[in-house]
Amino acid sequence: MSQLRPELEKICEWIEPGSRVLDLGCGDGALLDWLQRNRQVTGYGVEIDQQNVLSCIKNNVNIIQADLEAGLTDFADASFDYVIMTQALQALHRPDKTLDEMLRVGRKSIVTFPNFGLWKCRLYLSIKGRMPVSKALPAPWYDTKNIHLCTVKDFEQFCEQRSMVISKRGIVDYEHQSSTLMKLWPNLFGEVALYQLDEKSQCD
Amino acid sequence: MSTTKTDSVGIVQPQTRHFEEPLLLECGKVIEQYDIVYETYGTLNKKADNAVLVCHALSADHHAAGYHSEADRKPGWWDICIGPGKAIDTNRFFVVSPCNLGHCNGSTGPRSINPKTSQAYGEDFPIVTVVDWVNYQKRLADTLGVSQWAAVAGGSLGGMQALQWAIQFPGMLRHSIVIASAPKLSAQNIAFNAVARQAIMSDPDFHEGRYYDHGTVPINGLKVARMLGHITYLSDDAMGDKFGRELKNEQLNYDYGVEFQVESYLRHQGESFASHFDANTYLLMTKALDYFDPASKEGGDLSAVFKKVQAKFFLASFTTDWRFSPERSKEIVSALTDANRDVSYIEFESNYGHDAFLVKNDDYLNAFSAYMQNIEVSK
Repeated sequence: MSQLRPELEKICEWIEPGSRVLDLGCGDGALLDWLQRNRQVTGYGVEIDQQNVLSCIKNNVNIIQADLEAGLTDFADASFDYVIMTQALQALHRPDKTLDEMLRVGRKSIVTFPNFGLWKCRLYLSIKGRMPVSKALPAPWYDTKNIHLCTVKDFEQFCEQRSMVISKRGIVDYEHQSSTLMKLWPNLFGEVALYQLDEKSQCD
Repeated sequence: MSTTKTDSVGIVQPQTRHFEEPLLLECGKVIEQYDIVYETYGTLNKKADNAVLVCHALSADHHAAGYHSEADRKPGWWDICIGPGKAIDTNRFFVVSPCNLGHCNGSTGPRSINPKTSQAYGEDFPIVTVVDWVNYQKRLADTLGVSQWAAVAGGSLGGMQALQWAIQFPGMLRHSIVIASAPKLSAQNIAFNAVARQAIMSDPDFHEGRYYDHGTVPINGLKVARMLGHITYLSDDAMGDKFGRELKNEQLNYDYGVEFQVESYLRHQGESFASHFDANTYLLMTKALDYFDPASKEGGDLSAVFKKVQAKFFLASFTTDWRFSPERSKEIVSALTDANRDVSYIEFESNYGHDAFLVKNDDYLNAFSAYMQNIEVSK
């Protein structure tokens, strides 16, 4: 797994072999490529960037060029075992709508995002009085793709309000290591948050 | 011409294959015997697993790459994609490019002599469809020793053939390359074809399709048909960029002659096309487009049709193509993903409308090349 981004390794552990997967904002297709070769997974990547699409073609990954914001209308209800979206939630105009679409199309959904509740972000804002800029969030406020940042608490509250069932959670640092501090205070010490959501609960 | 260019297949020679075995057509009629003209580029390898079938669209023919003579100014219709080092790399692939049955440039068609009457077929030439073309192409493959195509590729009506191949002979191709195409024509598209046919059939020189016997050619009708088609193949922007409201002469004449450059251009396109293309073939090709609808056999359910395909698919569309818009390609993609088939789809930025699949464009050619390079063939 050495070639995979640390956070993708965690996701690979969650995916059951032989599943059908849709990877939204799949970049160069590395995750699907790995899953195809090691977990007998089938599926498609969705990506809008032309260079990334070309990389997917080169990597022999099924790629469908499309804009996530336009919805997943080309995919039928519950037609995938997993719909995955890594590090893209915060860059969407309507993350709530995309999450709804993910839950419609997939039996399980996996999302990851940078936790804005991290103590470093809080400290940066409270001491410097300016929007945090870091290795994970390098762009200045006016030029960032990350327009809908959220914290671990925000996301979990959102899921509860929408009756979305969180079946797995991973709170890790950028190297994908967990620690006691992260386990005790995930919203303060977690750098990256990973969630698996199951189909909406029936009682809503 | 530029046969000295290293990425050209150079001077090529069409070949003719005569078929004696009658071909039962979708319309129920039979063609007793027929000729198919085709070109090949590259070399068939020992295992015969590197053959690529290239299917032409409405007005093109078997001449897909290279030149026919030193004096040729223009190469074949898909020369941007076929040649050494190009997307369909002739150093790796053996390319077969036939001229479809019903055409006027060599293969048996309405202009050919009907052996039963010793006269040109004319309107007696039966309607041929995409299904029929795939059937004769299968026979051509057999005679060439190709039991499975590495890929079948085409744009527009050619893309429909690539699609139909995967449905009709699922085990006989590994990849289907469908560019700027559609799973069936829309009402608007059929309407355009109907107008084109009316233009031809209402020409006094048409004589119910028997114009060969009358020594006439419905050239005006064919011209109008082509002019109409040409408008629909270009985008509004492309026409605007190319011509704007530029005048043919320096001032307006306030008469019905050619005032604007775009008029002059369209007339030229119509005339040059009508000078070499057969009107009956044009009618046939538009009908083949109209009738194409593989999903109709499954009650309109395209994904049910795709359940039995085995080929992997590569689909592409172009942003300004309104005759075969990206939405139409997406219908195919959606049905393929529903059927859990392998498919990649790209929508390329282009200003050239439907014609974009014939125009050089780095993103398009790079992606097409990358896809083709991953197709495994033995040495």
